[in-house]
Amino acid sequence: MPVTLEKIPGQEEKVILSMGPQHPSTHGVLRLVLELEGETVRRAIYDIGYLHTGFEKSFEKLTYAQDITLTDRMDYLAPLSNNLGFCLAVEKLIDIEVPPRAQWIRVLLTELTRIQSHLVYLGSQAIDLGAMSVFLYCFREREDILRIFEMVSGQRMMTTYFRVGGLALEPPLGWLKRVEKFVRKFPAHIEEYEALLTKNPIWLRRTVGVGQLGADDAIALGVSGPPLRASGVKWDLRKSQPYSSYEKFQFDIAARSEGDVYARYLVRVAEMREALKIVRQAMEGLPEGSIRADAPHFVLPDREEMKTSIEALIYHFKIVSEGFRPPVGEVYQAIESPRGELGFYILSDGSPRPFRCHVRAPSFANLQALPRIIEGRLIADVVACIASLDPILGEVDR
Amino acid sequence: MPGQLETNPALQKLQEFDREAIEDAQFFRGEVTLIIRQDRLRSVCGFLRDAPGLSFKYLSDLTAVDHYPNEPRFEVVYHLLSLGTNERLRLKVRLAGDAPRVDSVVSVWPGANAFEREVFDLFGIQFEGHPYLRRILLPEDWEGHPLRKDYPTEGYR
Repeated sequence: MPVTLEKIPGQEEKVILSMGPQHPSTHGVLRLVLELEGETVRRAIYDIGYLHTGFEKSFEKLTYAQDITLTDRMDYLAPLSNNLGFCLAVEKLIDIEVPPRAQWIRVLLTELTRIQSHLVYLGSQAIDLGAMSVFLYCFREREDILRIFEMVSGQRMMTTYFRVGGLALEPPLGWLKRVEKFVRKFPAHIEEYEALLTKNPIWLRRTVGVGQLGADDAIALGVSGPPLRASGVKWDLRKSQPYSSYEKFQFDIAARSEGDVYARYLVRVAEMREALKIVRQAMEGLPEGSIRADAPHFVLPDREEMKTSIEALIYHFKIVSEGFRPPVGEVYQAIESPRGELGFYILSDGSPRPFRCHVRAPSFANLQALPRIIEGRLIADVVACIASLDPILGEVDR
Repeated sequence: MPGQLETNPALQKLQEFDREAIEDAQFFRGEVTLIIRQDRLRSVCGFLRDAPGLSFKYLSDLTAVDHYPNEPRFEVVYHLLSLGTNERLRLKVRLAGDAPRVDSVVSVWPGANAFEREVFDLFGIQFEGHPYLRRILLPEDWEGHPLRKDYPTEGYR
């Protein structure tokens, strides 16, 4: 006679499962509490905060220039996007115009960041569903992009390359050749990933129709980025509220209407191709000129100028020792980061430190859709759903 | 720039809807800020979401500011976005320092849920009518609210 569990009368057959925070497919330290009935998830809540480091409090204690270093560490897969969002917000506050060359380089690098971030998404989505080789291929190409970042900023991940008013340094000689080499070979790699996944029957069965989210739900829950576009909402801040000269670039918004894990996968793959288009245009049309705005009260002077001009030396000393003083006021600046609407709300009281700086982290909002899309589905789909929202816990917890 | 404010459609329609709800309006760097009376917040939010020609269906962001030791001490800040008209709007509610509380807008935008929990956690502001108002980033037994200005960044608490 087979071994069976006797059913206890009056007791419901429900199991409470704590998943994470130490779990390979929770992408960091996300914890889920799942109420299971058999293998079906009946209710789910998420538990976050394991990586809370009080960035928003730290912002208030550091000067604006120092704060840029904090932004890298929030969304560590898209450091340059975070640098850009913060710098644009401060530039809006002090009302300065960044020269075209700096804007172009910013666009080029943030689009490389988008590719790099989506590669990590693709690799981890694939490995969560058992496709090991895609993960290794993605990390191989990601390394190429990180080397480009290292070339311009000296760092692979914590770049702090964008500064208020422009860039930290002129990019080194030969870096464009490096970018060009990458742009030339990368389309073949996207084909390679797609050949492994897009029509793969196992991939289709694990992703099609899984984790569906409708357009109205997505908007009501504040979802943004690829999950919003995969739900049929053609909304991209690069098009609708362009910043840093995005209006001068030709590209399409990748969108699908199915709203499932497969659609989110297709949207991100299409976005990598579009990002590559933008990188190509930025490379070809890269203007000459200065990389810093002409605003001596806010932007550090040229190193050479400091040796001959006493004014430049004074400004350098003032900005470095006590920081610059923006006018009193408040701004909200949002950009389209690889994960969605990344917003910086800065309130200034006229002192060299922000009175309040709040980060609207896209992952924090997107995560609210998670219980909605996993309730009623099998526990095996939970990992596919988490990966498809691509949350970065450093940004969620801040 | 008062001229920019007068032509703002959100402000115009809101004045027709409820003139007394608006305490103040500001314009800075192309952004409109409306300061809303605390007891009218939920009806104003519902109106802004549903009014034809405005349709602020998307709540981008919700946060708070502590002006300690000035009174009214707290401001809760709402950033609305209309996907239809591509407009942004900032709402603010001012709250007194002792036992700050405000109506929750989760019934208007379900996405406000986590944001309100975060403000509750880090500022100690109560949101009335929130379905699950508990700490979200800090442990349940944490004492104090770190983003308040009287909470030190170093040394003993």
